[in-house]
Amino acid sequence: MIDAPLTAVSFAPLAVALPIFGAALAFILRRHKRSQRLVTIGVLVITLALESWMLSIVWGGSTYSVTLGGWAPPFGISMVVDGFSAFMLVVSTIVSLAVLLYATSQGMADGDEDGPVSIFHPAYLILVAGVSNAFLAGDLFNLYVGFEILLTASYVLLTLGGTNARIRAGTTYVVVSVASSLLFLIAIAMIYAAAGTVNMADLAVKLPQISEGTQMVLHVMLLVAFGIKAAVFPLSFWLPDSYPTAPAPVTAVFAGLLTKVGVYAIIRTETLLFPGNQLQTLLMVVAGLTMLVGILGAVAQTDIKRMLSFTLTSHIGFLIFGVSLGNQLGMAATIYYVAHHIVVQTSLFLVVGLIERRGGTSNIDRLGSLAKISPVLALLFFIPAMNLGGIPPFSGFLGKLGLVQGGAEVGTPLAWVLIGVSLLTSLLTLLAVARVWNRAFWRRAEDATDPDPLLLVGVNAARGATYDIVADEPGSRYSDRGNTALLPNGMVGMTAVLVLVGLALTIFAGPLFDFSDRAAAQIIDNNHYIEAVLGSTTEVQR
Amino acid sequence: MSTNITLLVVMGVLFAVGIYLLLERSLTRVLLGIVLLGNGANLLLLSTGGRLGKAPLYDAGLAAEEYSDPLPQALILTAIVITFAVTAFMLGIIYRSWVISHADVVADDDEDLRVGQQSPFDFEEDSPIPEDTTEFDGEETLPGSDTKTKTETKTDPGEARA
Repeated sequence: MIDAPLTAVSFAPLAVALPIFGAALAFILRRHKRSQRLVTIGVLVITLALESWMLSIVWGGSTYSVTLGGWAPPFGISMVVDGFSAFMLVVSTIVSLAVLLYATSQGMADGDEDGPVSIFHPAYLILVAGVSNAFLAGDLFNLYVGFEILLTASYVLLTLGGTNARIRAGTTYVVVSVASSLLFLIAIAMIYAAAGTVNMADLAVKLPQISEGTQMVLHVMLLVAFGIKAAVFPLSFWLPDSYPTAPAPVTAVFAGLLTKVGVYAIIRTETLLFPGNQLQTLLMVVAGLTMLVGILGAVAQTDIKRMLSFTLTSHIGFLIFGVSLGNQLGMAATIYYVAHHIVVQTSLFLVVGLIERRGGTSNIDRLGSLAKISPVLALLFFIPAMNLGGIPPFSGFLGKLGLVQGGAEVGTPLAWVLIGVSLLTSLLTLLAVARVWNRAFWRRAEDATDPDPLLLVGVNAARGATYDIVADEPGSRYSDRGNTALLPNGMVGMTAVLVLVGLALTIFAGPLFDFSDRAAAQIIDNNHYIEAVLGSTTEVQR
Repeated sequence: MSTNITLLVVMGVLFAVGIYLLLERSLTRVLLGIVLLGNGANLLLLSTGGRLGKAPLYDAGLAAEEYSDPLPQALILTAIVITFAVTAFMLGIIYRSWVISHADVVADDDEDLRVGQQSPFDFEEDSPIPEDTTEFDGEETLPGSDTKTKTETKTDPGEARA
């Protein structure tokens, strides 16, 4: 545990520091679009390389910790790299990189080229830094800071351009996020008062010595705070309200990453801080309700972005279900499912961005003929949509299969009910995406109610069409866009890359499931984590 | 661990008033609520430090128990900075909202209201589908074929349902 691997993992703080420095540089370069773009992409590529290196080291199932500034663990800040956190880092950075390339190819910020565009790149990098910090954090307060970094960046990205709809959505989002952060801060204060430490490994040792009642209060406080961030049922109302109004790439990256950071924090809470099954029943009930309520909301929507936002919250329920099982199989399936969910949701939101660009709207009542206009787009929607619905052989099916097996292993009546609910939810998900498919892709554009001129004009001029065909019309809203191609190759390409990553999750499901199993074993037995942080102090210090 | 009763009472009042304001529709009040809640949380953090002691600067002659706990203070400083940033951003949003719509309230989502009011009958999905007996376009119009009459006899789902 001392030599080569340690030196690699001790670069872990760079996963946070690099994007922050990159953000500063990108902000300085705000007048030079090309170099700003280059800096952002370069930083993300380097970060991804570093994180892949870390993942390759912990792939076999080991846990390392890095103490910042050489302060001994219970006092100093430590960062912990284990299979789960490294895996989440790699997946999240792949997704952020793909979305970034998509956004740059779009000419970003749909139209308002000169205004707030220069802020997009720095804010985006800060978001990535916050996400990385949350995944690596080895103490609760650092986790809080990670959340705040990513939330503050997300406020900026969500209200980009400051239009009426975005300000309205942004207000709800900011207030809800701040409220959840305050709850988290209060929980940290209470935990510090009760246990005298905020280091997570130290807490794992000290919390069991506290009385049951106090433990329960602290546990619930943390779960509520993280539940808001992860959009778990009674606390999920804000998500479908705020996500759909943001620009497509922003919604895509939010959908992929932000809620999963909340889920990650819940997993750490359940496995590391409060192991055992104190709140197992509560979590199971909440998971079932999250799945059902979310998907019923999705079926009612006519806007694809809103529909996807509802499926997003609904499928968070699957993850909570996996966590609530408390066995290794359930946890392994959850880890696999998180990766699947990040990739698939993001690629679907990117596809909606393409649909919006091509058809002028994301309302399925006003769309049609898309399969004829652009077969590529249809394929790009179809694969992740079937994947989301859990059709074999895609990764969604494999993840759900793992969860169902985990549930069957627990075997309580409630677990069986949840298995039923999860299958029902999968079916309803399929119904929701099939509605989109039938209307937006298969139906003739002429049958749509009030179709966008862009859609109708383009029906016959399928490939290579540009906004010019409608730009001649007086008062056209398309003439000022940065990139005039209707479906720019870069945007289609990056969506295709993410769809392929989703397929790779299916193709390499064998090794990935083995890996998730090892990672799950690591986090279920919290001694690994505690030893890595507290036990190996002397080895880590240099 | 000893706690200061005045701090506790002030904290309670801050939380109560803050939550009340947070539930208002007016954005400025919501912001004030957030500020109060933030301060309440900071006081809570401060009181977790326990008994007051000497400033946590190293002094060779002082026993470890004599110092006050420096960690809560560090946490509060961080929390203050974060609350400050968020408050500034909220003010920006409120101002923008006022510039755009001259309103200082949280508005309802139009799409939400529309989805709530939509009729359970969906033309595309719920209207009766005329039964198709042939998969070939235009076959029924071929002269001399009797497919057309067949289709006509079968396509009245309303009757069939009744």
